[in-house]
Amino acid sequence: MTFNADFWRFVFGRFTLDALPLHEPILIYTFIGVAVIGIALLGAITYLKAWKYLWTEWFTSVDHKRIGVMYIVLGLVMLLRGFSDAIMMRAQQALAFGHNQGYLPPHHYDQVFTAHGVIMIFFVAMPLVTGLMNFVVPLQIGARDVAFPFLNNFSFWMTVGGAVTVMMSLFVGVFARTGWLAYPPLSGIAYSPDVGVDYYIWALQVAGVGTLLSGVNLIATIIKMRAPGMTLMRMPIFVWTSLCTNVLIVAAFPVLTAVLALLSLDRYVGTNFFTNGFGGNPMMYVNLIWIWGHPEVYILILPAFGVYSEVVSTFCGKRLFGYVSMVYATIVITILAYLVWLHHFFTMGSGASVNSFFGITTMIISIPTGAKIFNWLFTMYRGRIRFELPMMWTLAFMFTFVIGGMTGVMLAVPPSDFVLHNSLFLVAHFHNVIIGGVLFGMFAGITYWFPKAFGFKLDPFWGHMSFWFWVVGFYFAFMPLYVLGLMGVTRRLNHFDDPSLQIWFVIAAFGALLIFIGIISFIVQLVVSFIKREQLRDVTGDPWDGRTLEWSTASPPPAYNFAFTPIIHDHDAWWDMKKRGYTRPIQGFHPIHMPKNTDAGVILAGLSVAIAVGMIWYVWWLAAVSFVSLIVFAIAHTFNYKRDFHIPTEEVVRTEAERTRLLTEGA
Amino acid sequence: MHLRRSRPILLLPVFGLLAGCNMVTMHPSGDVAVQQRDLIIASTLLMLLIIVPVMLLIALFAWRYRQSNTAATYDPEWHHSTQLEVAIWSAPLAIIVALGALTWISTHVLDPYRPIARISPTQAVPQGIKPLTVEVVALDWKWLFIYPDLGIATVNELAAPVDTPIAFKITASSVMNSFYIPALAGQIYAMPAMETKLHAVINKPGEYEGFSANYSGEGFSDMHFKFHGMSNADFQRWVQTVKAGGGGALNRADYLRLAMPSERDPVHRYAVVAPDLYEAILNECVDSSKMCMSDMMRIDAHGGLGLPGGRNLVATDYESLRRRDGRRARTYVASICEIPGAADLKSRLAQTRPQTRLLNDR
Repeated sequence: MTFNADFWRFVFGRFTLDALPLHEPILIYTFIGVAVIGIALLGAITYLKAWKYLWTEWFTSVDHKRIGVMYIVLGLVMLLRGFSDAIMMRAQQALAFGHNQGYLPPHHYDQVFTAHGVIMIFFVAMPLVTGLMNFVVPLQIGARDVAFPFLNNFSFWMTVGGAVTVMMSLFVGVFARTGWLAYPPLSGIAYSPDVGVDYYIWALQVAGVGTLLSGVNLIATIIKMRAPGMTLMRMPIFVWTSLCTNVLIVAAFPVLTAVLALLSLDRYVGTNFFTNGFGGNPMMYVNLIWIWGHPEVYILILPAFGVYSEVVSTFCGKRLFGYVSMVYATIVITILAYLVWLHHFFTMGSGASVNSFFGITTMIISIPTGAKIFNWLFTMYRGRIRFELPMMWTLAFMFTFVIGGMTGVMLAVPPSDFVLHNSLFLVAHFHNVIIGGVLFGMFAGITYWFPKAFGFKLDPFWGHMSFWFWVVGFYFAFMPLYVLGLMGVTRRLNHFDDPSLQIWFVIAAFGALLIFIGIISFIVQLVVSFIKREQLRDVTGDPWDGRTLEWSTASPPPAYNFAFTPIIHDHDAWWDMKKRGYTRPIQGFHPIHMPKNTDAGVILAGLSVAIAVGMIWYVWWLAAVSFVSLIVFAIAHTFNYKRDFHIPTEEVVRTEAERTRLLTEGA
Repeated sequence: MHLRRSRPILLLPVFGLLAGCNMVTMHPSGDVAVQQRDLIIASTLLMLLIIVPVMLLIALFAWRYRQSNTAATYDPEWHHSTQLEVAIWSAPLAIIVALGALTWISTHVLDPYRPIARISPTQAVPQGIKPLTVEVVALDWKWLFIYPDLGIATVNELAAPVDTPIAFKITASSVMNSFYIPALAGQIYAMPAMETKLHAVINKPGEYEGFSANYSGEGFSDMHFKFHGMSNADFQRWVQTVKAGGGGALNRADYLRLAMPSERDPVHRYAVVAPDLYEAILNECVDSSKMCMSDMMRIDAHGGLGLPGGRNLVATDYESLRRRDGRRARTYVASICEIPGAADLKSRLAQTRPQTRLLNDR
């Protein structure tokens, strides 16, 4: 039987065996490594007969707590991938001087720095942030779940779909070699004809659906589902920052979707939105992507600010200083986030008045941000500070972030930016705020809420190890980059001629190594904590002497979170309840109405990935069939009326009695 | 609070190293870059006014109100103070007002599009002095410098006399780059089919690094060149060497060959350059069978050719549009004079359609 080339092209699109990196040893070893770990993991799950448990209790779960945990697991797994990219870059730049071209040729190196940026922002920072919001927000507002539980599961799996698409590019074909924002004309079909940019586009489009829908979901949850008495101005700050973040998501992500759609049209059907000729204008893309991109920065940092606010107030044993000004600072940042995008490209040649306008709006953001720092500072004033790990992360953040803020304002002055733009100074600046701001916040949040999610604290020794290696490693890794930036070294260079630069890159690589030990310590911390879980057990549900509602329920919370919806009288609802001598109701339980698990999210996201693969490889039949299936399945799913159930009273009574027993035993 | 104690120790080796390294942006040799450096330092100092006290307060409060210090006041309900609130909003505000004013003024004074007003802090630009014009083209992956007034061009080498204003006109052949000589002045993007401008002056003779500061693909890392600041006499001699050096002429056909992707190109000096080359590069019509963007825009401004204009699209079949990975652009707009009958069409359309548009123009 023989088929002609057209037939094979129809079946496989532009996929050929050449797309598999069989001739690239680094990728082969990586693949073998990933395959061994993957098979071991799958084998372990099969051996433990855990498939059914995972599928029914986790993958198809619509419980916001489980989805939150799965988001964080996704973020941490992708952190390993993103960090591998980082350490490869650091090693390349520390080695490649003079005649030594290093071990990564531009073909690889350019993919590595692109993937690093994309993965760290979209598949590490975003899942960690969304995961924390998902887990914490309903508990803090006294709700039983989010407003749209199925949508929540669907959003999560779409994010996973995007991550899977990016990971696929590691072993099948190539990833984009354009930088993480894929500026045209370089990302246009004329200069990037291979699958790389298409992987980029479709990974972000699939994940973007998830992000947008989860934004809608959390806004609806916060607006509509607060416990009685919790007015907007009594919400915990973390809920406020989550609300603002999700408003930013809902307003900004459609811009990303639209600009990537326009780029796709340029690439697939030959339109000329961003091409050089035919009236296309790449500057339009740069504007549009940053109209999404700048709010994205605040999407990440605001929830971290929320975490710090909760942590500072809890571990200082004191009500947050300046709640009202904290709320207004958050809102001001939310609004200003839309008025600064041009500061990412002062060097594109806008007039002096335009540049000054955007420079000054950028500086204005430092006013509410400064006010927040002062508010945390004065919360510490006259407090009783317990230096538990979340508080240590917060202090490390406060020191580190002010440095990042200062360098940010330096970059906001257009003539200074002309000197520092695209240099390693800029790279140091945004890692300073994203690691020192977002990531430290996520670690503070994970350490803080871990006992709530699992009923035992994280092991403090390995937590301290992780903390110190991360913090010290951060300074070693990024302070040299500030220096190199001032020496006029630009970013994304594959090799260098000037030997006097090498020492700085070696120091930075050493810093990356320290961070690596920090990451390993974190993993060890999880394992050790699991092994020592009985010693670290917390039965009270309130291990830190907390202030907000999530600490009023059991750890881990029952599926329904609260047997009775609490009634709120003041800020820091749980602190207030404790102060007033609140007693837990132990009778009068009712059946509780809950949403039912569904496999629709996994299936819809799977079909979306199939569409993406079809579009990336020009396998049009696959894209078409998957698209039709997606629509049909989505419509069919709307006829599924078995969406809810009642937890019977007996089960609620049983669960609550168990908690009563544990509380009395603990006391 | 180990964190606080260990910090200065961590920084010590850094300061040691700093003394030994060449921070070109902090010791530039051109007046524009000097002013930008001063601005970086001024804004840093302004911000340190607030950042240093904040850092000290963080450390102080963290230490003083630690749990074990039972002597410190503990006031769990204290959460508001109007005076403090006013202070914490107005202190950063005051800094930003000062910095904002500095930004507004400096951004206008140092606008790269604005011809420079001074050669050095003590010397204004003399009356009647003509700046040296340099047309910069970022190619894949090398730099082309055209000196229109001197009729010469160089690849990967730039020279200019000291204390003479330089007016750069900057574009690119394919993708975005950024033209940056840290010792001379801040950078500005080089973009295809667009022109950006930069005005600067070099004050000290010497050899300086120049490079692309915006990632532009595979050969980006080697896309650097030497910038020579020369005394006036040396510069004149250099121009004479280029003219006499036998580097040949740079005409349109040579340019199309030069624009093909290549890496680590050696310095090349062209003794003669086609006078309209830069305009043709900027308008994407070095190949004269292509319609220049300026013509296209002129036609469009008068209402365009409408649907019949589609007949002007020609399938690409020549080497110069071959892209980096062998793929060709699908179509291009042909130069109207090249297509028989097209001029006819243009004049016929000019009689019928544009009238309505002309009304709108007013």
